[in-house]
Amino acid sequence: MGLIENRFSPNILITSADYIFNWSRKSALWGMTFGLACCAIEMMATGAARYDFFERSGMVFRGSPRQADMMIIAGTVTKKMAPIIEKLYAQMPDPKWVVSMGACANTGGIFPTYSVVQGVDKIIPVDVYIPGCPPRPEALCHGLMMLQEKIMKETMAKKAIK
Amino acid sequence: MEKMSEGKTEDTNFFRTEEVVINMGPQHPSTHGVLRILLKLDGETVTDCEVVVGYLHRGVEKLCENKTYSQNIVYTDRLDYVASMTNNLAYVGAVEKLMGVDVPDRAQYIRIICSELQRIASHLLWLGTHAMDIGALTVFLYCFREREDILDIFEMLSGARLTYNYMRIGGVAQDIPDGFKERTRRFLDSFPGHIDEYETLLTKNRIWLDRTVNVGTISAKDAIDLGLSGPSLRGSGVRWDIRKAEPYCIYDRFDFQVPIGTKGDTYDRYLVRMEELRQCVKIVKQALDQLPDGEIMAKVPRVIKPPAGEVYHSIEAPKGELGFYIVSDGGEKPYRVKIRPPSFVNLESFKKMIMGHLVADVIAVIGTLDVVLGEVDR
Amino acid sequence: MADDLEKRMLEKFPGAIEVLPPHRDLPSERTFRVSTGRIVDVCNYLKNDEKFNFLSDLCGVHYPEKDKKFEVVYHIFSIDNKQRLRLKVAAGTGEKVPSVTGVWGTADWHERECFDLLGIEFSGHPNLKRILLPDDWEGHPLRKDYPLSGR
Repeated sequence: MGLIENRFSPNILITSADYIFNWSRKSALWGMTFGLACCAIEMMATGAARYDFFERSGMVFRGSPRQADMMIIAGTVTKKMAPIIEKLYAQMPDPKWVVSMGACANTGGIFPTYSVVQGVDKIIPVDVYIPGCPPRPEALCHGLMMLQEKIMKETMAKKAIK
Repeated sequence: MEKMSEGKTEDTNFFRTEEVVINMGPQHPSTHGVLRILLKLDGETVTDCEVVVGYLHRGVEKLCENKTYSQNIVYTDRLDYVASMTNNLAYVGAVEKLMGVDVPDRAQYIRIICSELQRIASHLLWLGTHAMDIGALTVFLYCFREREDILDIFEMLSGARLTYNYMRIGGVAQDIPDGFKERTRRFLDSFPGHIDEYETLLTKNRIWLDRTVNVGTISAKDAIDLGLSGPSLRGSGVRWDIRKAEPYCIYDRFDFQVPIGTKGDTYDRYLVRMEELRQCVKIVKQALDQLPDGEIMAKVPRVIKPPAGEVYHSIEAPKGELGFYIVSDGGEKPYRVKIRPPSFVNLESFKKMIMGHLVADVIAVIGTLDVVLGEVDR
Repeated sequence: MADDLEKRMLEKFPGAIEVLPPHRDLPSERTFRVSTGRIVDVCNYLKNDEKFNFLSDLCGVHYPEKDKKFEVVYHIFSIDNKQRLRLKVAAGTGEKVPSVTGVWGTADWHERECFDLLGIEFSGHPNLKRILLPDDWEGHPLRKDYPLSGR
């Protein structure tokens, strides 16, 4: 990937390769288990009996960041936990995506206090924000499908210099 | 590094072993949240451990001092996020004690139904995650299937699946809708069959017995000294349940048993919680039969201003004794709210339970203590 | 039974115990103020002779307008007699409160939390360091002069 990325202008070969790469990436998004607080329970419910979203979308949860390409931050990020999140994000290999689930991960939620980071995007870049406190499993499914749509729009063609 | 080369030159030192300190968490599939444990291992045996908490400290107690009494109910939901109804009940019970409010009977019965259904939901989550950690993945899916039924009932009642914010100071937020009683009765009729399913999978299972019998044993004396409460304490043979010892919210009108264990190991705590599931069904059935008509909210002023003073009110939450110590200065915001979380205190017994066991047993013991980090760290 | 306990306490520890009125006269809200230096003796007596074997809670409260700005509150319970009791100890800024970890093992983490969030020090505690906040945190958030959103 690194050899052909950002070298060619968009043409039929690049867009076809784009389609194949993006399709394979979005169909097998391996997530890293990163439930922090209440949203983790809804994430577990989404993967459990009634909704069963993850396995059938190709999302297998791996314990190690080295084997994952998606991190769902589900819960409140505190200042004590922030360096660990940065380290885990750095340990994930490219390409990687971050989904911020819940009000606390989006903006600090209902906790405007001394120990809470007001939004995980203050420390790592986020691709999809899912609002809710906690978001329903259907909302999490919608958010992950939005992430899949976002991945489909990625391209390895040379980007225009502004 | 020098030691390794030293060992290579002398054959007698080649098989020398050392103790290793490994770090478990805070990101770990089995720590039930952001719990960090530093384990000192001699091979596979734990010789020392240190539990580090605080990765989810959100400053709830400080927030409670800055919001009004009614606004704080929302924060109590997020403490033990697996059992929000009981958290709400403890907090509003404390404020009602402070103010001297008489809650109407209908509201009390609805509160009991909610608390006991919540206890079932909390124990189901405990069983699902505890069994999944030990390796029984099927139980996880079965438990969540039933838990979804309970969450549907709660959604019917309060509009939310996890953080209900349903109880109010003086009663409950809204009355039970049509169809609630039938739905709950349908659930209660089918649930004992499901408990039998879980027991068939686990109770006499050779692997389950090997992983839980004599693991994490704690004596009654140590348990009381370390402040253990709830099913973990009852597993060690101490007959103490706040619902029976200091009945709050009309629990004295119901007929139920409190199961206790004998040895105080993981298996006994498992049996205690399984029997509690059956007793919860019994209580909810009685409450539905006895549910009276009437008001669901007492006459409380719009702006809650309790008289100056302090109270400590505790209830039997699914995890143990959940207490609220509220100091009021007569204003509309509390002066101090101290939350006595059962998981925080139960976690203190972890070190006692795990010494001398193997690394694999660490997972079983965390599961059996049933800790929720939202409560531990507040 | 309740009056007997007060009588026995006042006899056994003259000058160290002050009986405070319970809120709305509720029997579960019985409170004694204990002088700071005698707290460990009082706790040992209550645990061994009066069977208060369970420490439910230990917390601190900050009263900036009082002379002794901090108060440590102990909630104890007797499993056999089903009685609750509250003890209060006053401590000035910088004054150390004797630790009761020798009486009830559960006081360990409660006292660490008290130290972490309020800055009350406990003498004789085996491991008095921060528990909820990072080790290098400055300040004690639950004090009344610490802003909610932090510094």
